[in-house]
Amino acid sequence: MADHDNYTRTRWLAPAFVVAALALLPVAAHWTGQTYYQVIGTRIMVFALAAAGLNLILGFGALVSMGHALYLGVGAYSVAILSHYGVSSGWIHLATALAISTACAFVIGAVCLRATGVAFIMITLAFAQMFYFLAIGLRAFGGDEGLQISLRSRFGPLDLSDATTLYYVAFAVLMLTLVAMHRLVHARFGLLLRGVKNNERRMRALGFPVRRYQLVAYVLSALVCTMAGLLLANLTRFASPSYMAWNVSGELIVLVILGGLGTVIGPVVGAGVWIVLEETLTSFGLGLPNDGDAWMREHWLGFLGLLIVWVALSMRSGLYGSLVRRRGGTER
Amino acid sequence: MSLLSVRQLVKRFGGVLATDHLDLEFQAGELHAVIGPNGAGKTTLINLLSGELPSTQGSIVFQGRDITQLPVDARALRGVARSYQVTSVFTEFTAAENVILAVQARSGHSFSFWRPVLADRSLREPALEMLATVGLLRLADERVCNLAYGECRQLEIAMTLAMQPKVLLLDEPMAGMSQRESQSIVDLLLRLKGEYAIVLVEHDMDAVFALADRISVLVYGRCIATGSAENIRSSSEVKAAYLGGEETTL
Repeated sequence: MADHDNYTRTRWLAPAFVVAALALLPVAAHWTGQTYYQVIGTRIMVFALAAAGLNLILGFGALVSMGHALYLGVGAYSVAILSHYGVSSGWIHLATALAISTACAFVIGAVCLRATGVAFIMITLAFAQMFYFLAIGLRAFGGDEGLQISLRSRFGPLDLSDATTLYYVAFAVLMLTLVAMHRLVHARFGLLLRGVKNNERRMRALGFPVRRYQLVAYVLSALVCTMAGLLLANLTRFASPSYMAWNVSGELIVLVILGGLGTVIGPVVGAGVWIVLEETLTSFGLGLPNDGDAWMREHWLGFLGLLIVWVALSMRSGLYGSLVRRRGGTER
Repeated sequence: MSLLSVRQLVKRFGGVLATDHLDLEFQAGELHAVIGPNGAGKTTLINLLSGELPSTQGSIVFQGRDITQLPVDARALRGVARSYQVTSVFTEFTAAENVILAVQARSGHSFSFWRPVLADRSLREPALEMLATVGLLRLADERVCNLAYGECRQLEIAMTLAMQPKVLLLDEPMAGMSQRESQSIVDLLLRLKGEYAIVLVEHDMDAVFALADRISVLVYGRCIATGSAENIRSSSEVKAAYLGGEETTL
């Protein structure tokens, strides 16, 4: 039973460590005077949130969406365009973003789910590209140059223009999402989704109208990405078509796979590792000999590519998944 | 009126006629075996009845209602449950979770996002009861990938029973089983007989003759004979077409 105790311990320790590190980061950043770390922390949580959203369908539902950056864009542009017209209420930003996103996700999801496998991937990608070019065409809102955000979202007393407030709002949203995700995965809806991933044919034969549930999962996952988009706009004070570019959708998939497909905490670990490595390799001097720093700054993506290859080949359930995996099984 | 019937049912795969203007009646409470040589269209018939394959022509009537156009899940909810020739279970889940999913399918919608499934007694209790019926209760919390082949077959039957079906479509439930495992399935089916209408596709002739109230013989997609076990055993036409073949011993 020693194995089991060990497993239970890592199962609680690993998430607790992640949560504690994120909760205390601003304190450490202010104490050391390096508030830039707080910005990096916010960015990690924003992308962790988006990846957690994608993970709902990718990790638990085995639906590979190559177009989830679209919803990041909907969130960001909702803030940018409303601010452009002088609306600073965060509640209006949020309500608008979620409403538009729900409508888009229902229609797009219904179309995409008529296909499976590679066709599903291609259609999600096509929709995201459509919105990408739509945003470029919005000349009134900056076109391909994007739109500066002068007024950031204000939720009652919480003003997201304050970096620490933004950090803790992102933290709270991320934590609530993860808790909700954990509950969902073990509730009827989650068991159903995982069942479809494991054996779709059997699910139909048991009497589940599978597509209906997958559509709802798709919409929920889009809504989480939309919230991430809203926070991202507040972080960068900017909305740009590039938020919806296909490589961003690809990066979200990478974050999920790196951290661990089908684990609730995985996307957070994936986003953390990815962004910390990106920052370390591109912005900080590593003190490599023979001008290695400059070389690394230029070729950091190649280095991260190798990491992805290694994780994908040797850890089926990603960095976090491998850490807490039960013997002979997978962990969620 | 019969519980389930097919009328002039046709299934064409390109130029191959897998089901050739088939007329069959399945009665409530009756165990109806479908036998025939390989390629006779037995599994195709099961797929047509369950809705996994669309039929080319003809109609399928269940409880007086035409279900020919209904998708698989709608038929399953109306009471047409099936097992597969190649075991089809959820290998990543525990045995209990497998059956819980089957119970869940019958208990309203699954838009429940917060309450843990495993704490839901309205799901877990009927699931455990079904596992007990097929003799797998002691393995309830074992992951399916750790179960033996025969246990997976039993689990699949527990899942179909948990769907509260009116008719069970069993596609070779004894395929690949040892003598002893087969016997336990035969015992199980003897107990279930009468409670459900059962359509049994099976190659094990001892089992078929021990279980069936009625037997239909398919050859090249056509039904060449339907009758009681004695009638079929003594029919010269059946002997010539099938039972006389070297693969079977009577």
